[in-house]
Amino acid sequence: MPVEIETNPAFADYAHPEALVSTEWLASHLGDAGLVVLECDEDVLLYQTGHIATARKIDWHTELNDSVTRDYLTSTAFAQLLGSKGISRDSTVVIYGDKSNWWASYALWVFKLFGHEDVRLLNGGREKWIAEGREITRELPEVQTAEYPVVERDDHTDRAYRDEVLAHIGLPLIDVRSPEEYSGERTHMPNYPDEGALRAGHIPTAKSVPWAKAANDDATFKTRAELEKVYFEGAGLKSDDDVISYCRIGERSSHTWFALKYLLGLPRVRNYDGSWTEWGSLVGVPISKGSEPGSVLTS
Amino acid sequence: MSTVSEKLMSLVEDFSELSINDRLNLLLEFSDGLPELPLHLADHPDLLERVEECQSPVYLFVEIDENRFGRLYFSAPREAPTTRGFASILHELLDNQPVDEILAIDEDFINRLGLAEAISPLRLRGMRAMLHRAKRQLQEKSIAVRS
Repeated sequence: MPVEIETNPAFADYAHPEALVSTEWLASHLGDAGLVVLECDEDVLLYQTGHIATARKIDWHTELNDSVTRDYLTSTAFAQLLGSKGISRDSTVVIYGDKSNWWASYALWVFKLFGHEDVRLLNGGREKWIAEGREITRELPEVQTAEYPVVERDDHTDRAYRDEVLAHIGLPLIDVRSPEEYSGERTHMPNYPDEGALRAGHIPTAKSVPWAKAANDDATFKTRAELEKVYFEGAGLKSDDDVISYCRIGERSSHTWFALKYLLGLPRVRNYDGSWTEWGSLVGVPISKGSEPGSVLTS
Repeated sequence: MSTVSEKLMSLVEDFSELSINDRLNLLLEFSDGLPELPLHLADHPDLLERVEECQSPVYLFVEIDENRFGRLYFSAPREAPTTRGFASILHELLDNQPVDEILAIDEDFINRLGLAEAISPLRLRGMRAMLHRAKRQLQEKSIAVRS
């Protein structure tokens, strides 16, 4: 049974205000029937140092990814995982995390690959909750397992594969990494292996819009007007564009994917989770270097 | 006092005997127990080297004392408990040990802790980078001391 949607004037301008909850809302709904709170962090131990009461941990590395194939969970494994966290198909899931919700957005994106209807982000994530002096605990919640159905993963609506990206060169592409990663400058010290990709630069014609342009200092999302300024005026996107976002492994670009899809309401936004760790090592694909997007012919 | 390699073996045993969840809890204990920087470094953050391979800001500094024992100091924020845990393990194992023994340790022990299953291999890269940088600093300083 879904939990009521937050009516918050601060979210009213967003295309899908129902995809966000505020810290105030969450504080007053903890323990509601049908609500499951999940924490998803970059740091695998952060949850154990203290988390929002009743929240369960979900780890992007050890739980959301398949440990053998570079891919997400299979449908069966996803059903088992969610059941073990006490989530049913009709649960309202609120996800929050560290690093301005990068990994929380990433988890939300994986939930959407499996079509989970009601999954929301805690605006401001872990940082805001703690900054406001709200309570955290090391006590682990008691979880009653649930039955989650086996549903087919949809790898087309919100996800882009490399061949689709190759075909998308010249169409709206957003690179959300830092300007140094985009231009292909290397900042690592001599004698240290760069364990990432074999080439540095960006996908030709991709515009550089670092993920943080969508976030305020307190880790909340910028207002709709501010987001329009960044993505429409700044990067030249249009409200009916078909956009692909990418970063290094797909986490920062999930944050941008969320902003473009749920806050600005673009009709089609896909996250290229292979991102630069795949593209920058692929044989035979073009890249561009420097601070300009480059042209379709650049190779 | 036990040698570095004896300490290593016992640490590998401690971790690998535990369930995956308890390995995380032991790492959390290390994380909680990372000592603060000594005063002479806390006042001079410029002396510290940043471990660029870690996404969280972690810094290290090594010294060699008059008996050729290495001193290792680490600083990492509370918001990065895994990184603090790695730093704390390295501090516990290697601080105040003979330089030659520290330089001789087999870096492969990191793989034998059984942490890859608990936290994923990718996250262990930070620990390897910390050890690598600590050893390099020690090596550079030990050459400087000799010459």
